[in-house]
Amino acid sequence: MISNLDYATLQQLWWIICSIVGALFLFLTFVQGGQTLLWQVAKTDLEKSLVVTSLGRKWEMPFTTLVLFGGALFAAFPKFYATSFGGAYWVWILILFSFIIQAVSYEYRKKPNNFLGSTVYELFLFINGSVGILLIGAAIGTFYTGSNFTLDLYNRVTWDYTLLGINLRGLEAAFSLFNLSLGIFLVFNARILGALYLLSNIDLSSTPDLESRLRKGAWNSFLIALPFLLYVFICILFMKGFNVDDAGVVSQVPSKYLSNLLAMPYFLILLLTGIILVLYGVLSSYFKKSNKGIWFSGLGTILTGFVVLCLPAFNNTAFYPSKLDLQSSLTIFNASSSMFTLTTMTYVALGIPIVLAYVVYVWKLMDSKKLTAEEVTEEESY
Amino acid sequence: MVDIDLSMVNWARAQFALTAMYHWIFVPLTLGLSFLCAFFESIYVRTEDKQWLTITKFWMTLFGINFAIGVATGIILEFEFGTNWSNYSWIVGDIFGAPLAIEGIFAFFLEATFFAVMFFGWNRVSKKFHLFSTWMVAVGSNLSAVWILVANGWMQNPVGMIFNPETARFEMNNFSEVVFNPVAVSKFVHTSSSGFLFASLFVLSISCWYLIRGKHLQMAKKSIVVASVFGLLSSSFVAFTGDESAYVVARKQPMKLAAIEGLYKGQTKAPIVAAGILNPDKKPGDNQEPFLVEIKIPYLLSLLANRSFNSFVPGIDDLVYGNEEQKIEGVASKINKGKTAINDLALFKQARKENNNKKAESALANFKKNQEYMGYGYLNKPEEAVPSIAIPYYAFHIMVALGTLFPVMFAVFLFYAFKDSLTRQKWLLPLGLISGLLGLIAQESGWAVAEVGRQPWAINGLLPVKIATTNLAATNVQITFFMFLGIFTLLLLAEITIMLKQISIGPEEGVLK
Repeated sequence: MISNLDYATLQQLWWIICSIVGALFLFLTFVQGGQTLLWQVAKTDLEKSLVVTSLGRKWEMPFTTLVLFGGALFAAFPKFYATSFGGAYWVWILILFSFIIQAVSYEYRKKPNNFLGSTVYELFLFINGSVGILLIGAAIGTFYTGSNFTLDLYNRVTWDYTLLGINLRGLEAAFSLFNLSLGIFLVFNARILGALYLLSNIDLSSTPDLESRLRKGAWNSFLIALPFLLYVFICILFMKGFNVDDAGVVSQVPSKYLSNLLAMPYFLILLLTGIILVLYGVLSSYFKKSNKGIWFSGLGTILTGFVVLCLPAFNNTAFYPSKLDLQSSLTIFNASSSMFTLTTMTYVALGIPIVLAYVVYVWKLMDSKKLTAEEVTEEESY
Repeated sequence: MVDIDLSMVNWARAQFALTAMYHWIFVPLTLGLSFLCAFFESIYVRTEDKQWLTITKFWMTLFGINFAIGVATGIILEFEFGTNWSNYSWIVGDIFGAPLAIEGIFAFFLEATFFAVMFFGWNRVSKKFHLFSTWMVAVGSNLSAVWILVANGWMQNPVGMIFNPETARFEMNNFSEVVFNPVAVSKFVHTSSSGFLFASLFVLSISCWYLIRGKHLQMAKKSIVVASVFGLLSSSFVAFTGDESAYVVARKQPMKLAAIEGLYKGQTKAPIVAAGILNPDKKPGDNQEPFLVEIKIPYLLSLLANRSFNSFVPGIDDLVYGNEEQKIEGVASKINKGKTAINDLALFKQARKENNNKKAESALANFKKNQEYMGYGYLNKPEEAVPSIAIPYYAFHIMVALGTLFPVMFAVFLFYAFKDSLTRQKWLLPLGLISGLLGLIAQESGWAVAEVGRQPWAINGLLPVKIATTNLAATNVQITFFMFLGIFTLLLLAEITIMLKQISIGPEEGVLK
């Protein structure tokens, strides 16, 4: 069946797969969000242990998903991988750096003789959750606002944005209010998710203060995230977008993403459902004292993230537009791998549901009992 | 085609070497220690003897400390292809990206998911499921080695693809050729078994320390037995697969073989250099002696390379300047053909741009005559096709010498372990103690043989490293080089101090409460 799929279908399918992986990553950033909440919600050593141990059992999930996101883009859209990673050099380097320091922090924070002291490892976790997610948001923002590159005949990327004589190599993405707002929204959305996850994962009966701080943390993060979400949403509706016409010529047209939403109403439905679910998760946790908010806000984040990644790619849109040279812009059709590779990778992707199934099974098995204070004091903990 | 910033190329290479060699301190240990933990835990589940549980948990603690830094140093490698080597990523992303994506899907999630059970599941899942999880971590780690070595093997011996002149890039046309590439297969078996060997040395080292200090004697002795059996089996496998690797290198990368042997003039009945000091002034094509001193074993190189005593093994001079008698084409002629191919490709692209189909077709026909030499067209002189000789030569000989020592050492340890007189062998224990460090040296040497020995190529014979980089000012790469050097060194120091502390705490207090 897969071998009968035509090239264009495969290319679109792979953008959808990459977007699903990206959306799952955004959900899993509850780990990063929880990291930035650590100092704020956990005041005693026990509370800290509960929070860090609870997050520590999941930290590899967003990490691994991010790596898979990169690998899938490399395999399916190598021109994007080469252009963006080689071009927007500093954005990606700083994102990676924030994940390098995360990876050791859980394991090393509480170990005796850990060389840097536990506060430094907690700071590493904070940087990962704040700077890392902010930059990821800004990088996603450039799917809408464009970047400063040109491609030559051999597709070698030249990046050109200088400030005070220095080529910023992607850091200029932070100068766009839209990119910045998307980044800030993602940071606070991650904090919402982090707080909701901790509420559901920890047995809070012996630490009522932690519980109230978590509920407040989710609520306050939501209040901060809201204006940024609204700003991003309104911008998406009215901003100019990068349209590709039948001859493959890229041009900027007004309200492009609004017309994409109207042309593909299922994305509009997914987006609105997603936002409502995120809201419901937060509200139910704050007003109804529910501990299941993570599932609603989590699913909502997946749906919203999926639409945010798909909207600038489908309906004849360039997903990685160049502001410097519109015709260098990348579309899912000019940036993809060959048909053979996409077909092969589609067979490989048939294994993804199996992977998801065992991840979910093991996760349920491990989380069937909530994390208790006894457990973090008496057994293995971070 | 492009202006080449050599300083950028060198910094990018230095950065890759830095990050890969740091990563390689931890990865082989993960590959082997995961299995050793699985062995220890299997014995515990079988015997229900709590002592084995203590042993398992102790080694698992060290495994976890090592695993975290392995993950930390690994993420940058996947993305470094994009950041520093974007031209490479674009040209071969079709083929090279696939194994990396597959590694993510099938290996990393297996590791990540079951790692959480392995460390936190003792009271949350059944004993059997816990054991299963430990095994899955071992399988996942080694599965990731499969895919990354498929990718690496493809760079050493590019197969299963065609060059598409329209896009000026390589595209996959046979996935199973890529996966079952003989270089990839021999690399995987050699690398993973050497990881098992290294982890066995690591366990041996720490156990010897306990024996010397007279602490935790039961655990140390038991660990030595399991590690020595695993180490002995692994080292014979390493030797066998190493021989196979050399045979494959002789077929696919004769220049690398010549470099690791310091062989300048090819010969039949070629001897192998068992040990020797290179003449530092020797250059390809001159008449100087390649060695200041050397000990040779006759016939052995011919046997190793071609499985025949009488066969001809080409030297560096034969490969660079050609050897008519042996029908070896020199690099100069390949460079000329390569330049013609590059030229024809440019004409073809130009004609396509002008929509001149006739001109395009004739340019394409010309291009196809020489396309396999295209990579050589980027070399400036024939000698550029020669890698550094000293690094692969010394690295190879150190690796082989250590690889010969290890199985003997494991056998001796087993002998005294069964006589139950290990603690009395005062001469043996210090050797065991430093064996972990020797294992690490062998590991890094192996990396140098494989990666320095294939220079100047990113993809053997097709794409020199200098064409593979990102169009990026060298300053950027310099800064990130020192960033990585700084953070990795800091994390390594943290890892070592934590590890030493855990070792000095030992099994009882540190793990079981």
